Amino acid sequence: MKAAWAVAVKELRQIRRDRRTLVILVFVPTFFLFLYGYALNFDIRHVSLAVEDRDSSPESRELIAAFARSSYFDIVAATTSDREAAALVDRGTARVVLVIPAGFARDLRQAETADVQIVIDGDNANTATTVLGYVTGVLRQASTTLPGRPRYVLVTVEPRIWYNPELRSTVFLVPGLIAFLSMITAVISTALSIVREKERGTMEQVRMAPISTLAFVTGKSAPYLVMSQIGAMGVIGAAMIFFDLPMRGSWLSLFVVVSIFLVGALGTGLLVSTVAETQQVAFQAAAIVAMLPTLILSGFIFPIASMPVGLQYISAVVPARYFLTALRGIVLKGLDLASLWQPVLALIIYAGAALGLSAVRLGRR
Amino acid sequence: MRRRIGTLMWKEFVELRRSPQLLRIVILAPILQLTMLGYAATTDVRDVPIVVVDGDRSPRSRQLLERLAASPYFDIIREELSPSRVEPDLSQGRVWLAVVIPPGFGTAIERAGRSRVEPPAAVQVIADGTDANSSGVALAYLQGLVGEFNLTLAAERGLGGAPPLEGRVRVWFNPDLESRNFMVPGVLALLLLIVTANLTSMAIVRERELGTLDQLNVTPIGRWELILGKLLPYALVGFVDVLLVVGLAVFWFEVPFRGSVTLLLSGSLVYLLCTLGLGLFVSTISSTQQQAMMTATFFFLVPMMYLSGFIFPIENMPVPIQHLTVLIPLRYFLVIVRSIFLKGVGFDVLWPQFAALGAWGVAVLALAAFRSSKRA
Repeated sequence: MKAAWAVAVKELRQIRRDRRTLVILVFVPTFFLFLYGYALNFDIRHVSLAVEDRDSSPESRELIAAFARSSYFDIVAATTSDREAAALVDRGTARVVLVIPAGFARDLRQAETADVQIVIDGDNANTATTVLGYVTGVLRQASTTLPGRPRYVLVTVEPRIWYNPELRSTVFLVPGLIAFLSMITAVISTALSIVREKERGTMEQVRMAPISTLAFVTGKSAPYLVMSQIGAMGVIGAAMIFFDLPMRGSWLSLFVVVSIFLVGALGTGLLVSTVAETQQVAFQAAAIVAMLPTLILSGFIFPIASMPVGLQYISAVVPARYFLTALRGIVLKGLDLASLWQPVLALIIYAGAALGLSAVRLGRR
Repeated sequence: MRRRIGTLMWKEFVELRRSPQLLRIVILAPILQLTMLGYAATTDVRDVPIVVVDGDRSPRSRQLLERLAASPYFDIIREELSPSRVEPDLSQGRVWLAVVIPPGFGTAIERAGRSRVEPPAAVQVIADGTDANSSGVALAYLQGLVGEFNLTLAAERGLGGAPPLEGRVRVWFNPDLESRNFMVPGVLALLLLIVTANLTSMAIVRERELGTLDQLNVTPIGRWELILGKLLPYALVGFVDVLLVVGLAVFWFEVPFRGSVTLLLSGSLVYLLCTLGLGLFVSTISSTQQQAMMTATFFFLVPMMYLSGFIFPIENMPVPIQHLTVLIPLRYFLVIVRSIFLKGVGFDVLWPQFAALGAWGVAVLALAAFRSSKRA
């Protein structure tokens, strides 16, 4: 215990000399939360729309007006030829082109259905899917107001949305950002800690010192645990004050979950550090281990249920996945630790495994 | 002069070779990133786990449930007997939606078919809104499914079928709306940033930290020769990664490649100028590798990842942030890569991106050179 304390004091002294690291670890996550929480969302609005009206009838103008009235589309251009429309899409000026063919008004009155053509720029499939949904919605809406044959509605859907009734994307993005920023800060802070001593040759001195591996590892990571804990709580507090993230559960459970997650993340950094031979390798490995899986395989942005089965299994070893479930459970759904025992247990196992493995790697040399 | 640069490059290669871990990771990194981004990075919603409650148990409710079961979008994981029992499933995230068919559903449909003043039969749906994006998409699918059900029912009774207004949708460049086609080319941009900018930033700081930079400084090697000798090996490594990623993207992930290879490679070269310059710049403002790593990660890597349009579309961002993204080189390279892959457009369309990227590269290299000459 005393030995661990001594290592911690030494590490603290080193951190204090390096102001930039200190500031980055404690304050930058909160700053980033502001920036990204403000910048990022999936609420697609102002989709640029070009219209090609070959009918020029009151009905076609009414349909264009329906698009303009919806809050989703901005009409950026009115074209007269397909080639012009194609050029607009090529250049990215327009994401959607609405082509109303000649005879639209006549078809609407006489034929079974009246067709309009829609061209969507599909380069970003995710945006395109959403835009497609908007287009369908506007057309469905316009169907009821435009003159035409009456339609019976026999079945409707009555949706109710729990936990986030307005479906604000910040409410789901901000917890993800909290997980991402905490993970990165924690992993980065320890990823170089041991390999640095190896590269500088001071590892031999440490090894000769009368200190157990466990005490060494504890002492090395304890200061970073405190700093990342402060950083993480700062991020969470800022999210609640500035992004209206609700807090429906207990602060104590939140604190416990954050701590276990951070221990796991620091352990990941330590493990990287014991495996890597140079700091360059450690950096690359940390970036690969911490950044992309936390972003992509944790359910932060991309739903795990829709992934191929193989990747669903891989995502089982991504700690952010469990942290995110627990975090969303506590702050959005007001769950207690008992009903979150599965993700919490998974986090404990991960933390134990990461720390254990790094202690083993360290002791073996 | 050429020989001196050559010697220095040779030295750097020898160091690279001596560190097989680094080589392995430089090859492994693109493969891992491609796997993750190629297979997992999709907001397409499929197999949405749902729980259903059939309070009606009529032929009509069965019909609707059969449709749900047959749909590729939904995966019925459980059937509950009462709506009050779905709460734990929703709160613990086991299901995204609970579909509740209330008693009297079948008779309500019959009534609604008889007269237009009768209200339609309602299917109640409770959605977990914590993942707003996916829940929104899942709800839209459900509405579509119920809409089709509605049409079938109406057609059955001769009440008029298709809606009066029909959209014939064509999706250009990516007709199947595969996220992969958008994400995989993006890997090229992110990967080069991670591999080249990080490696160079640390390569130089490392010499400083280990005290070998002074030794290099007293040799007759000029400043630019030193920088070139340091940068070129990593440029080469980056270029190998480019070829690897393009190869895998085209032959493994079958992303359509419609543009010119030469244009893509020249774009990559200009982009490499930026990432290497960035690495160099970070190295001039850091005195230890830890500082270099933190600076590169927090001030360059993470902001670029989030604000470049790599995953989050720039057009969704608030206008001031959109202006800010003009400073991010990744943004331009992403447009170049994705347009060449998917749209097959040429230099006549992409020249503004090339110009911006080139200007950024020159600026950051000049800044780095200025900083390092002050230090010497």
